[in-house]
Amino acid sequence: MIHKYTLNGMFIVLDVNSGAVHIVDELVYDILDYYREADTDTIVQKLSDKYGEDDIRTAISELDELVAARQLFTPDTYAAVAPFVKKREPVVKALCLHIAHDCNLKCKYCFAEEGEYHGKRELMSAEVGKKAIDMLIKTSGARKNLEIDFFGGEPLMNFGVVKEIVEYARSIENEHGKKFRFTITTNGILLDDEKLDYINKNMHNLVLSIDGRKEVNDRMRPRAGGQGSYDNIVPKFQKAAESRNQTDYYVRGTFTRHNLDFSEDVMHLADLGFKQISVEPVVADLSEDYAIQESDLPAIFKEYENLTNKIKERREKGEWFNFFHFMIDLTGGPCVIKRLVGCGSGTEYLAVSPSGDLYPCHQFVGRPEFKMGTVDTGVVNTDIRCDFENCNVYNKPACKECWARFYCSGGCVANSYNTHGDLISPYEIGCEMQRKRIECAIYLKACEE
Amino acid sequence: MTHIKTLNTKLLQNTVEKGGCGECQTSCQSACKTSCTVANQACENR
Repeated sequence: MIHKYTLNGMFIVLDVNSGAVHIVDELVYDILDYYREADTDTIVQKLSDKYGEDDIRTAISELDELVAARQLFTPDTYAAVAPFVKKREPVVKALCLHIAHDCNLKCKYCFAEEGEYHGKRELMSAEVGKKAIDMLIKTSGARKNLEIDFFGGEPLMNFGVVKEIVEYARSIENEHGKKFRFTITTNGILLDDEKLDYINKNMHNLVLSIDGRKEVNDRMRPRAGGQGSYDNIVPKFQKAAESRNQTDYYVRGTFTRHNLDFSEDVMHLADLGFKQISVEPVVADLSEDYAIQESDLPAIFKEYENLTNKIKERREKGEWFNFFHFMIDLTGGPCVIKRLVGCGSGTEYLAVSPSGDLYPCHQFVGRPEFKMGTVDTGVVNTDIRCDFENCNVYNKPACKECWARFYCSGGCVANSYNTHGDLISPYEIGCEMQRKRIECAIYLKACEE
Repeated sequence: MTHIKTLNTKLLQNTVEKGGCGECQTSCQSACKTSCTVANQACENR
């Protein structure tokens, strides 16, 4: 299977099953319309009005070389690998700790329902947090690198407990042969020098929530009294980014139907001096006025192209910044097994509610039908784990036919559930945007080679 | 080749044998909480 597309006059061919990327000329691009079905003489005949015979034959021989090298029309042999993945001893290696089901912002698109996740306002205790660490060590098998994400609500509303959990994990990691990596996500309202200093000393990654331009951010991310949050957080975020030497952090935003010109928000964040930027589409019920509709896709595709061109222009001027959703690692990215199983939600990755209940990921927290156990019992509802284990690209009918399956790994399970009520039917609007982002990301890579 | 330039890419079929160690980062721990992106994760076993 291949995928071919053009962007800004560049002809790009992806070999889906090997991951090879070929930049071709228009002749090769045209030949590929016939290459698999027709013999060389027929192709020469079909294209002789546009190209010379010698050129056509040379190009076909080059394609033959790539096929022989298993870099074009490579057969898909990975379905046999999927059962191996399922047979692996189940381990948990990453936890999202819901430190606070409470928030000091009233973001209109919040899937956590302003921090409460379908439940009551609640803070995690240090005891629950420490039990989560113990459970993670116990269930992580031979995995060395363990991840803890302090999430909310707003985790800085319970920062004392965050520190207790970090210190507890650090105090026992060596004796168990583990290495904890901590991430904290914050809206910045309570961020001060003392907390930032602690975060910089202890957290591998820092995610700072901001949507972009002041009017865009403040429309969707107001404070309880209705006033915006932008003016409060921007100076702190700038300071935080600089204090981390512009690495190992992200400013992370959400775009909605209200700002389909979101490339302006990305560039605004870049103009504020941020070098690590993530802005992703809102996930929302389609009945919400800010939800992205299928009819918005042409404008969004155009906007991703605008963003691509703006990033390219900046980089050519030496003004580099990273856009998370265009990151793609062609030479060192994940193995095919990782690409088959995706994000690991419900299996390697679990979320822990403030009271210590386990859920498949942060987006399922508070849905009783997805409760998998507690930090005391570990995972006891193995049926749910089994359902999530089965979420590989070969069990998702739509993914089998999709060229992007080894880039997105089948997409976000929570999005599938929210859209279709099952775990294996992809959220189509999300897929469309994902495919466009991959095309743009690979184009940017090709420009830099 | 005169018509084709192939980018330097790790071929997926070569990752089957030694892949699956599971030490790499889970996607949602980075900067994406709502749109799964896996291909941008770094391999920890190079």
